[in-house]
Amino acid sequence: MASTDIRGGRLSAGQYLDNFADAHPPLTPTQARIESERCYYCFDAPCTAACPTGIDIPSFIRRISEDNLRGAARAILEQNVFGGMCARVCPTEVLCEQACVRNASEDKPVEIGLLQRHATDHLMAHPGAPLFKRARATGKRVAVVGAGPSGLACAHRLALLGHRVVVLDSHPKPGGLNEYGLARYKTPGDFAQEEIAWLLSIGGIEIQYGRLLGRDLTLDELGSDYDAVFLAIGLAGVNALGLAGEQLGGVENAVDFIARLRQATDFSLLPIGRRVLVIGGGMTAVDAAVQSRRLGAEEVTIVYRRGQEQMPASHHEQAWAQNNGVLIRTWSALKKLHARDGWVTGAAFATVREQGGRLVETGETWTADADMVFKAIGQTLDAGTTAGIELQRGRIRVDAHGRTSRPGVWAGGDCTLGGKDLTVEGVEHGKIAAHSIDAALRGGAAPPQGAPTCNRARRFAA
Amino acid sequence: MADLATTFAGIRSPNPFWLASAPPTDKEYNVVRAFEAGWGGVVWKTLGEEGPPVVNVNGPRYAALYGSDRRLIGFNNIELITDRPLALNLQEITRVKRNWPDRAVVVSLMVPCEEMSWKRILPMVEDTGCDGVELNFGCPHGMSERGMGSAVGQVPEYIEMVTRWCKQYSKLPVIVKLTPNITDIRHPARAAKQGGADAVSLINTINSIIGVDLDTLLINPHTGATGSHGGYCGPAVKPIAQNMVAEIARDRQTAGLPISGIGGITTWKDAAEFIALGAGNLQVCTAVMTYGLRIVQDMIDGLANYLDAKGLASVGALLGRALPSIVDWNLLDLNHVDKAVIDQALCIQCGRCHVVCEDTSHQAITATKDDKRHFEVIEEQCVGCNLCVSVCPVPDCLTLKALAPGQIDKRTGKVVSGEYANWTTHPNNPSATPA
Repeated sequence: MASTDIRGGRLSAGQYLDNFADAHPPLTPTQARIESERCYYCFDAPCTAACPTGIDIPSFIRRISEDNLRGAARAILEQNVFGGMCARVCPTEVLCEQACVRNASEDKPVEIGLLQRHATDHLMAHPGAPLFKRARATGKRVAVVGAGPSGLACAHRLALLGHRVVVLDSHPKPGGLNEYGLARYKTPGDFAQEEIAWLLSIGGIEIQYGRLLGRDLTLDELGSDYDAVFLAIGLAGVNALGLAGEQLGGVENAVDFIARLRQATDFSLLPIGRRVLVIGGGMTAVDAAVQSRRLGAEEVTIVYRRGQEQMPASHHEQAWAQNNGVLIRTWSALKKLHARDGWVTGAAFATVREQGGRLVETGETWTADADMVFKAIGQTLDAGTTAGIELQRGRIRVDAHGRTSRPGVWAGGDCTLGGKDLTVEGVEHGKIAAHSIDAALRGGAAPPQGAPTCNRARRFAA
Repeated sequence: MADLATTFAGIRSPNPFWLASAPPTDKEYNVVRAFEAGWGGVVWKTLGEEGPPVVNVNGPRYAALYGSDRRLIGFNNIELITDRPLALNLQEITRVKRNWPDRAVVVSLMVPCEEMSWKRILPMVEDTGCDGVELNFGCPHGMSERGMGSAVGQVPEYIEMVTRWCKQYSKLPVIVKLTPNITDIRHPARAAKQGGADAVSLINTINSIIGVDLDTLLINPHTGATGSHGGYCGPAVKPIAQNMVAEIARDRQTAGLPISGIGGITTWKDAAEFIALGAGNLQVCTAVMTYGLRIVQDMIDGLANYLDAKGLASVGALLGRALPSIVDWNLLDLNHVDKAVIDQALCIQCGRCHVVCEDTSHQAITATKDDKRHFEVIEEQCVGCNLCVSVCPVPDCLTLKALAPGQIDKRTGKVVSGEYANWTTHPNNPSATPA
């Protein structure tokens, strides 16, 4: 393959280690103390309102400043059981930290995400006695389909409320996108599994692996075997480019590349092109592009149909990509993949502009040579698995409590309509649905005293 | 540029900043470096009687109270008077004064409450060529249990007696250092004046326990398995010290008695406040023990700039300038009405003003307006208490504004008269005298 340059081992062992180490190292205890003292402990804090899971942020930060890290972790985890992962992957710059009142006075928010990591890392390292106590057993059994953040958040809350939960997942490991879908440098080590092991330590949750809805089980079976069902099946399908050449060598789904990288033990064995094109504008595109660079690709270009303002990836993510040497080209539509001997060699793009809300070609074109092309133009719901449930714009339609059109079936996370497909939103969906399921299973009876409550409903607009 | 040179109780120094009698003035090495750094004077660490010196503990002598970012805001010590031989101290004082004739060198003394003890030590001290003596009637730990320090300072009769001995056996100016561990600071000050003191200095440290080690449940600081109460100082004691300085400055019986201000002075602002409250010069310790000697340059620069900006030619021109504003509560103008005002352009929406007013005071600040987060003073409820101003993290965002005569106080519905009236004539006061 003289024309294609795809190979592993582009970097030294040390370079791989550096490139995939923690991208945002944790705060030292001193940094955490100083940062925690910056929090004003606002009334009805805007940061808490901006957190999809409603963590009482001023309280957890105050507890850090008072040397009560366990209490800080409790304040976080009682609202968001994936507080540790969210501290790493939340786009805090558009959530809690964007709402911080310090932006108004000094243009520098409290580093809420890093403080949250400080507290939750402490708890993971020093779990001590169980943080939460399960309510008295109800004798009810709930099936949760999908062991991603939304499914496990729901399972944990259901277990806490006294129900027994069986989680069914098609993969060999739990975690969903936490395990298979995040950039390696966001979650170095085995944090995703450590966090889930802690989560499962509450008891009452059984996970069955290699069980795929639609292949190994049906909704009807689940409906008759369990008292309730929660669907958190994510988006298993990947949008196709809709062009000739999708099957060419060197053309791959970005999510598969990211998953492979997450599971890799030796980075030098991962082949990467010298020149890489990433088609798309979301976080998946950024994760694929930056990791390509960090595997040693020389030229990596993200190509997006619209402008940078419209990219689903936040400004922070875009800057991260650019600081990693990724070129972002906008207002360009992929027209054709070039190939030789069955391998991609480049692509042709049409320059576009917006006219009356639609994209129209300007007549200008450009081409780029490439050894690899990653597709990152969105994922889709595998509709065959959810037969009989009403969809809306390709996702499962749910009400404010996570109820689907099918009685006894709730859903949350990326497979449902609404929000920005963030981990933290999926966690909240799971929590809200768990309380709704709990209320339904109790038939109107009040939850036991001391049980966690949830006063929120889904409020994430599509 | 304003002239910072001062003459305090007849003692001249190039600026009003002296190092207080404390660890930084325990030996020649430190004092020389202080003078090199620019300090106007020192009060040499307290000397005791001839003979075997006192001994200090070999564990922690200090402990701190912290504010945010681990800023030291309070400090506590259990160190005793000098633990070096008297002869060595006298030798060093002599040499320092000879080499630094333009700086003030005052010697702090603490000997038993017996006439002979004072009669014996004073000539030796005078022989050093020093500028004055300061009587340590303030130390609240260790020495007080031996009948010295604050044990003397708490009994006005002893103060007067010892001061008189000192004036009798020495030609030097005598400064009496007062303890704040009393009920009314005016009584020891009056006693000092009665005994012939040339000045008083205050405050010495306040009895304190800085904290408890929650792991071991031992008090802090502790030497091995036990600790002892110590003397508290640093920025946190400044308000206490300022009140005591002002009390003495306002007291008719001690009017005109020079006061050396001590207590938490860390910046030029602290110094200027003390001077405005009647302190003729300043003594500093904790601040140099926290930041080192060079802070004196920042204090000199800041004070000189301030005096220039105010059009004041000297430290003396600022002396006591805030005193006329201090009265007893019953003379406050009860017809004056303030209301809090929030500058919406500066407000960062933290809501702390609202929550403290709502939870603990007068429910006079909104949280929302038209269902949106919005903080605004409800004049009908506001009593002008200043709590919101005190907790607002943004300077100048929340202020009190006085209602002008003729305006209506929406809380009471009354027109502001603009006429002064106080409690002594108020109808609610059972012992009011007709206006």
